Amino acid sequence: MKKKPISTGSEWDFDLIAEYDKEIGRIAAEFGLDTYPNQIEVITSEQMMDAYASIGMPLNYNHWSFGKQFVETQQNYKRGRMGLAYEIVINSDPCISYLMEENTITMQALVIAHACYGHNSFFKGNYLFKTWTDASAIIDYLLFAKSYISLCEERYGVDAVEELLDSCHALMSYGVNRYMRPQPLTTDEEKERQQAREEYIQRHINDLWNTIPKKEEESNQEAPHFPKEPEENILYFIEKNAPLLEPWQREIVRIVRKVAQYFYPQKQTQVMNEGWACFWHYTLLHKLHDEGLASEGFMMEFLHSHTSVVYQPPFDSPYFSGINPYTLGYNMMQDIKRICENPTEEDREWFPEIAGSDWKKTLDYAMRNYKDESFILQYLSPHLIRELHLFTIMDNSEKANLAVTAIHNESGYRQIREDLAAQYNLGNREPNIQIFNVDVRGDRSLTLRHFIHNKQPLSDTSSEVLRHIHRLWGFDIHLESVFPDGTISKSYHCPEQSKDEEPDLLT
Amino acid sequence: MSYIIDRRLNSKNKSTVNRQRFLRRYKKHIKEAVEDAVNSRSIKDIEQGGNVTIPSRDISEPIFHHGEGGIRNKVFPGNKEFVEGDEFQRPQGGSGGGPGEGKASNQGEGEDEFTFQINQEEFLDFMFDGLELPYLVKKQLNNTVQYETRRAGFTNAGSPDKIHIVRSLKAAHARRIALTGKDRRKIRVLKQEVSDLATLLPNEQIEKKINQLKVEIDSLTQKLKRIPFLDDFDIKYNNLIKVPVPSSKAVMFCIMDVSGSMTQTIKDMAKRFFILLYLFLKRNYKQIEVVFVRHHTHAKEVDEEEFFYSRETGGTIVSSALDLSSEIIENRYSPSDWNIYIAQASDGDNWDGDSTKCSQVLSENILKQVQYFAYVEITTGPHQNLWYEYEKLTSAWPECFAMQQIKTPADIFPVFRSLFEKKIEGAA
Repeated sequence: MKKKPISTGSEWDFDLIAEYDKEIGRIAAEFGLDTYPNQIEVITSEQMMDAYASIGMPLNYNHWSFGKQFVETQQNYKRGRMGLAYEIVINSDPCISYLMEENTITMQALVIAHACYGHNSFFKGNYLFKTWTDASAIIDYLLFAKSYISLCEERYGVDAVEELLDSCHALMSYGVNRYMRPQPLTTDEEKERQQAREEYIQRHINDLWNTIPKKEEESNQEAPHFPKEPEENILYFIEKNAPLLEPWQREIVRIVRKVAQYFYPQKQTQVMNEGWACFWHYTLLHKLHDEGLASEGFMMEFLHSHTSVVYQPPFDSPYFSGINPYTLGYNMMQDIKRICENPTEEDREWFPEIAGSDWKKTLDYAMRNYKDESFILQYLSPHLIRELHLFTIMDNSEKANLAVTAIHNESGYRQIREDLAAQYNLGNREPNIQIFNVDVRGDRSLTLRHFIHNKQPLSDTSSEVLRHIHRLWGFDIHLESVFPDGTISKSYHCPEQSKDEEPDLLT
Repeated sequence: MSYIIDRRLNSKNKSTVNRQRFLRRYKKHIKEAVEDAVNSRSIKDIEQGGNVTIPSRDISEPIFHHGEGGIRNKVFPGNKEFVEGDEFQRPQGGSGGGPGEGKASNQGEGEDEFTFQINQEEFLDFMFDGLELPYLVKKQLNNTVQYETRRAGFTNAGSPDKIHIVRSLKAAHARRIALTGKDRRKIRVLKQEVSDLATLLPNEQIEKKINQLKVEIDSLTQKLKRIPFLDDFDIKYNNLIKVPVPSSKAVMFCIMDVSGSMTQTIKDMAKRFFILLYLFLKRNYKQIEVVFVRHHTHAKEVDEEEFFYSRETGGTIVSSALDLSSEIIENRYSPSDWNIYIAQASDGDNWDGDSTKCSQVLSENILKQVQYFAYVEITTGPHQNLWYEYEKLTSAWPECFAMQQIKTPADIFPVFRSLFEKKIEGAA
């Protein structure tokens, strides 16, 4: 028997939101979505802009760059150049979702399905989020960070803190531990540990700079390599080893590093995360309609906004700005469901292990155990490649022309799949730069190495970034771009080396 | 389980601090933009906020990323006619979304300038940053004749409408306690004695004693009753005193030469200068009046329209305007009530022999009464006799007299700044 629709108009009120949430939550549970409890907050557009400016977090430390972001957003919004997002959702426990007051009730329901059940379950289930972030501690940690930094501003001056943060922000994407698993901490523990660290550092001499003479025989040996293995987490290395930093400065470096770490999984799972959320809002709201709880008008409005979200303009359209992660993710999720339910011969050949299986289990498994790169590599099907008319273009700067290397045909499927997956590999997107050596015995200079991938050079902002590293490290910085065969293609120095090799002092 | 929270009433200005940090960091750029705006804008909207543009290279946050070059494989959607092995030329420019636009398009590219708006308040803040009105404080303390009534405790004398009832009753209560304490103690003792005697076996002697005591108690009680409940000197009055307050009124005299030698361009420059001064004073005073005095051989008080736009020819006698101003001050703007500012603009031309009179009028009448007298000479040529005459005054009246020369419109704001620059301590 069909039930009565929850709403027929477009106005929302809190009772309606609560009712939609209850029904959508019930259906989500029936589908087996495992979520954090939800905290749904209704905000105004001004508050939404505030949230934009503090990278979506409900609170954050103060820095001019957030102000810049805010000014920019405000300017664009006021002139009608951009709309604001319908929602922002935060990976925390309880999961906080912001709903804009301007939304209609349909949009609110869509957002609840999308954020409060889609994203929420992704945050809770995906292995990257489980490994790298601690949803229950993030708000507390940000609170700690905010008050610690404002304390530092009081004590050491706004300028000193601002400079330090500038430098840390420049290195933010190199403040991530890609392999080691951090232990989740509560605020109290964090505070305790911070004090303990400070104390420890004050009491101990940094071994690296130990100048106590050693035995004769040792000095004859070759200069030791430090660090023994190249270190990819530049901020971590600086926090632990920079010779001139004060304890509070180390703590701030650590804060930036921790925040970077928190956002790291989001960068790696954009396609999956959005695809998962879109798939579920689509599925949940259709179920709602099947039960009679959503009216026809509701569905029309919902489908209209759904299709515009998952629209992919072709490459030659003026609206094209890269592959739309919503489209790709949503279509892949739907495609997996299709393969499970109605596999073709081709699907059986390509995906023998999932063709014909239970789609809920298969999707759940995919959501939990993959990131964008591996997800595409594993699940992008020939069917979808054909549907999206994907093709690969090789841009080799040594050749005059661009070349089409693969299209949606039998010989191209695997190549396109690999190329697309590689496009979402963070390791390819960001230059691979690691700390290579510290001249421990000599001038304490720090050498970084850029391992060149596909002959792509560094951009010219690199020397700017070096100045930031120089500020943190305090001694000379060298950066070498190295080809895979070990030859150095270009090196950067900070301070700039003049011809007579005289180091000039930079502030 | 979900919680639904209405956050709309929470404060919405979370980003204010960050925005201020941003403005603070780019203060130099903003100041430049404001200065440009002041110089180029039409007079009517000089007071509005404005756009500030900062080159994006100054504002970008550098990060490591890939530069141009190398080998890139990129996947695109929407293939129509390409087949494997097709080659075509690299699109130029890269914008517009062709296949040439790669991941190299990082944040910051594509937009050359970062433009944002500051509001009127901020605009004026930046415009007058580092400026101050000369000797504002000093004058305020010395010459204040305006008063404000304030409460200041209580007094014993006053008019009945100012009686403070609670205080008065408290005083009366205290007085009664103080005056009756001894007698009441005595009564207490006597009463005790009476009750002690009453417990003994009654006999004549004891009864007599008791009666005697009772009479004594009665007389004491009578005495207590005679003490008044409320006495004259119990009554307290609210005390109101008059406190001198600094005058918050200012009057600004605009004096301009309108003789034949003053062209419309010169007048425009003068007008800009006057407007700047007006805005600046408006930020410092609650109430401000403007008096326009123009002159050729005769001075005349006029309204704004006439001041700036009607044109007359004739010779120039500057002292006529100064005389008139001095007269107006005497009649309408008593220096004890008003902070007086005079700005004079001229091309420096004056009738021979009149300049001496000008400086005489200034030093004898005007400078004593005004807060500040600023003279700007708008000319590209050499200084005229008025300038040299005025120069002598600067040393005699360093505190309230200043003069500067304006050559081009671009000078107006710098000159204004130098006239009102914050004086280093010691000069004050």
